[in-house]
Amino acid sequence: MSISARNVSKRFGDFVALDDVSVEVAPGSLTALLGPSGSGKSTLLRVIAGLERPDSGSVFLGSENVTGRPPQDRGVGFVFQHYAAFKHMTVHDNIAFGLSIRKRPKDEIEKRVAELLELVQLEGLAKRYPSQLSGGQRQRMGLARALAVDPEVLLLDEPFGALDARVRAELRTWLRRLHDETHTTTVIVTHDQEEAMEVADEVVVMNRGRVEQVAGPRDLYDRPANEFVMTFVGQANRMGDAFVRPHDLELTLEPNGATREAMIERILHLGFEVRVELVRDDGVQLSVQLTRDEAERLELERGQIVFVHPTHETTFS
Amino acid sequence: MSVRRLGLRSVAVGYLAVILVAPLGLVFYRTFVNSASAAWEALSDKDTRHAFQVTLLAVGIAVPLNTVFGVAAALAIVRRKFPGKGLVNAFIDLPLALSPVVVGFSLYLLYGRTGWFGTYFLRHGIQILFAWPAIVLATIFVSVPFVAREVIPTLREVGDEQEQAARTLGATGWQTFWRITLPSIRWAVIYGVVLTTARCLGEYGAVAVVSGSIQGKTETATLRVQEEYENLNFAGAYGISLALAAIAILVLILMTALRPRETAH
Repeated sequence: MSISARNVSKRFGDFVALDDVSVEVAPGSLTALLGPSGSGKSTLLRVIAGLERPDSGSVFLGSENVTGRPPQDRGVGFVFQHYAAFKHMTVHDNIAFGLSIRKRPKDEIEKRVAELLELVQLEGLAKRYPSQLSGGQRQRMGLARALAVDPEVLLLDEPFGALDARVRAELRTWLRRLHDETHTTTVIVTHDQEEAMEVADEVVVMNRGRVEQVAGPRDLYDRPANEFVMTFVGQANRMGDAFVRPHDLELTLEPNGATREAMIERILHLGFEVRVELVRDDGVQLSVQLTRDEAERLELERGQIVFVHPTHETTFS
Repeated sequence: MSVRRLGLRSVAVGYLAVILVAPLGLVFYRTFVNSASAAWEALSDKDTRHAFQVTLLAVGIAVPLNTVFGVAAALAIVRRKFPGKGLVNAFIDLPLALSPVVVGFSLYLLYGRTGWFGTYFLRHGIQILFAWPAIVLATIFVSVPFVAREVIPTLREVGDEQEQAARTLGATGWQTFWRITLPSIRWAVIYGVVLTTARCLGEYGAVAVVSGSIQGKTETATLRVQEEYENLNFAGAYGISLALAAIAILVLILMTALRPRETAH
């Protein structure tokens, strides 16, 4: 089931959340809506779900225009950042909710719930209440609940935002694997570019209610459409009009004609990666990324004078 | 224990003892000091029994009505935008601010012989004032705010994300209300009902003005206490007081038992 948002605009009072936004999501794909706070990504997701009505524009699910339809008639599954768990129901009843609304026979419901509990690895917790679960468990329950009614489209609104880093990483991998098995058209909203790159087939970068670029993770990083995308997705050093990635800055101990002089301000050891923060002779601050081995070989020290030059530059006209 | 802490506790306990416990204790004592049978006889009196029936009628109509209104108003105020919302919110609190006697008097003006509505009812032979309809109206009016006031903050705190989730799962508005919204405000509603009931039972001023306190016809139990006392039938007065006090204490126990549940949920 494809998703198509066409010329969607939405404002809240004076604030323009979406400004003539059009997005196409291919069936069976996992697409990320990536952007900073206020970029409109959550609003767009909610418009697709039917939880917000656009001021203008339309939403198509497959070939059907669903713009006027309420969320209960769209066949979408929605997962909320803060879980939206039904606090007064057990895990079992939470997951079974959509099916019991549709008045499915009891044994069918039991079977489906058992299947889903196994899928999300919450077996044995069926009789617990959401307040007795950890954040990660609650979100897995939220996912199971959304999947229970076999939605054509799965929408996730910053689903891992409220969880700690380790759980977030685990669930990310788990979500991707789940998608590879089920092939449900999925859209995930995130402000974490690493998450978007890791999980999605295609990334829609948004900023201030507009779409900046739509591309796969690799193209997004290697061929950013503009300054915003370049600096939002990955790190970038600004050198005059040009932008240089930290790993495209070569650091040498001797000058060689193309290099500029710089002094090391800080050396950060981030596991495999070593980040060297420099200040160039004209005061410009730069960030260079090296591997552990490279850094060791150069025997770098704080306060040391070194020489840098970019091996690759990007400029935007 | 420091002297200061001891002093503060003594003040608090002493205050409660003087204001609440001593008068109640005295009612208990006076009821049974003459003989239990005298009190029982007073309670079995035909007019007293009728007074309790009137009280029951007023409570039985006012509480369900104000519960439905309270929940509906809370939903409208918290979940919807409409012009004049602030005014409605303030008006709900009006019965708390007005003196009950003023309430009674305004009903008197409305439904009296020359009142706005009074002439209509007069033409159709329906008596409002000095009959049970006026008592019920007055009781409804003074107990309006309680359910709404309890439910509104709870509804606000719970937020509407659960309701959104229910809608995405296919639930209609009504299904969402019954299965998600109502259970999430369950304890606030119950607490509100308990407060409303207590208020209905205890109302004196408004009911006194509109009912005329006609023995055997338009007396509530609370009104009857005053009546019996004025007629020097102390056994009766204390007996009815004891019955009402017992109900009040039951209500108090319920309120205390339910309150921690509300915050822990």
